[in-house]
Amino acid sequence: MSVDLQTVKRVAHLARIAVSEQDAERMTGELNAILGFVEQLNEVDVSGVEPMTSVTPLEMKKRQDIVTDGKKAVDIVANAPATEENFFLVPKVVE
Amino acid sequence: MSDLTHLTISEARAKLRGKEISAAEITEAYLSAIERANPVLNAYIAVTADKAREMAKASDAKLGKGEGGALEGIPLGIKDLFATEGIHTQACSHVLDGFKPRYESTVTSNLWADGAVMLGKLNMDEFAMGSSNETSYYGPVINPWRRSRLDTVVMPTTHQGDGGFVSAGGAKTARTLDNAQLVPGGSSGGSASAVAAFLCAGATATDTGGSIRQPAAFTGTVGIKPTYGRCSRWGVVAFASSLDQAGPIARDVRDAAILLKSMASSDPKDTTSVDRPVPDYEAVIGKPIKGMKVGIPKEYRVDGMPEDIEALWQKGIAWLKDAGAEIVDISLPHTKYALPAYYIVAPAEASSNLARYDGVRYGLRVPGKDIVDMYEKTRAAGFGREVKRRIMIGTYVLSAGYYDAYYLQAQKVRTLIKRDFETVFAAGVDVILTPATPSAAFGVADEDMNADPVKMYLNDIFTVTVNMAGLPGISVPAGLDGKGLPLGLQLIGRPFDEETLFQTAHVIEQAAGRFQPDKWW
Repeated sequence: MSVDLQTVKRVAHLARIAVSEQDAERMTGELNAILGFVEQLNEVDVSGVEPMTSVTPLEMKKRQDIVTDGKKAVDIVANAPATEENFFLVPKVVE
Repeated sequence: MSDLTHLTISEARAKLRGKEISAAEITEAYLSAIERANPVLNAYIAVTADKAREMAKASDAKLGKGEGGALEGIPLGIKDLFATEGIHTQACSHVLDGFKPRYESTVTSNLWADGAVMLGKLNMDEFAMGSSNETSYYGPVINPWRRSRLDTVVMPTTHQGDGGFVSAGGAKTARTLDNAQLVPGGSSGGSASAVAAFLCAGATATDTGGSIRQPAAFTGTVGIKPTYGRCSRWGVVAFASSLDQAGPIARDVRDAAILLKSMASSDPKDTTSVDRPVPDYEAVIGKPIKGMKVGIPKEYRVDGMPEDIEALWQKGIAWLKDAGAEIVDISLPHTKYALPAYYIVAPAEASSNLARYDGVRYGLRVPGKDIVDMYEKTRAAGFGREVKRRIMIGTYVLSAGYYDAYYLQAQKVRTLIKRDFETVFAAGVDVILTPATPSAAFGVADEDMNADPVKMYLNDIFTVTVNMAGLPGISVPAGLDGKGLPLGLQLIGRPFDEETLFQTAHVIEQAAGRFQPDKWW
């Protein structure tokens, strides 16, 4: 399988990365080189093989469903580019 | 003491405990070495001198009272991927500009609890995506090793005996260093370069596809990626969560064992961290390997591999045989599919993990006409080319209609890769010996690698299988190539059998000797 310019632009939008016409053209070539490389996986007979979900058989750790952490609003917004009274500020989303 | 920076961790530990040296002295020695070398090597992207002095002072107070942890007063460098409270943590990406976490990663917390001193944050490929440390927003790291040429010079009799090797006929051999700058490998290039150039006693690193072992091999240092789950991933900036593992880069095998013991733990904050006691890895060093079964996988003999690497592999086999190990030929038939499967699984997980960099919660924000435009402009400006490439691949293979063909297929192949290893371990193989990398360090801005991303990816051909199967792997320096550059061998072990890796790597180290670059910086 290979991608065309339109697909690259669509994927870039899905990934929320702005691309110029020139970027998209360059990426098309690069992505096709990588997709060409991974194509060889189709040679492998995987009938009856389970997809891996975890490298080591691990039992999911559980903990009591109680509050163990909190009251850190100041810490949480400390690194945000724009905040107001412990809220993240973003451009208007709803008109 | 002529140069405190040349002490190994175990040597420094003895001298600190014996009060022959102080933590303040060794810390100052490293800080001045960094000040001199860093403008050239670019291994550190943030030096925390005040913090280091403060920590060293506290260590000296403890050592003075005969107290102190396993790493008391030992100065370390920390890869920029580890969250360090109040200190620059950006995964060497522009998108995390100005990020200073309000918490400390579990791995670094463990090191500080054992008394280690932080010298600063180390350069790396952006979000650990790269094999040459050239994708860093902070510029490439330079390898302290350079190619060299062995010349035989006929000396006039008057000059005889002034250094070099004087032969009976008045000719001597001299190594002439080439000026070309080489990469230290990646993604933990800053860690490897700093350890090799004596800019820290040891360093933390991380390995998703080879990012500890490949740079260790390129710089003549020892690097171990432990079993998945051995070190907590809490507070480590996520790249590919099912593959990422932290581990140390050190100057010798013993130091790597000392560091891993401190870094590893069970952590309730990481659900994939394993509930197993951490063994005393150092205790196995020097134990004989007589009777151990060492597997040699035929699939690791690849086309176009330099003769030097094949010869080194044969040497490694001979050393282990001499030490009483039994050498057996094995087959890991799905080896060649590990790298392509990795380039589906790792980008897929990365595209999801990196979705959080949206210009809202931390780091860079580029304004846009609406919120989506802001996201797109922020991410376009914040991520470098390689990171964008991987996010794009990941987004594509996970998108509707392609998931089964790519991601599911890759995860099935991953099961087969793991099964290959399980089969040979079940047949009694204790450890597997392979080359660490398909070449020695290459030049900065290598044209072939830059023109074709897949060429760069091939650096990880021998290391990536280990991540796909979640196994432990160590890279140990084993010799120099014809141009005087270090080459490493890799040992792969059973899950949570890091002890066998340290034990066997030490045998190789004893046979090969240790390697350090000629100082030009």
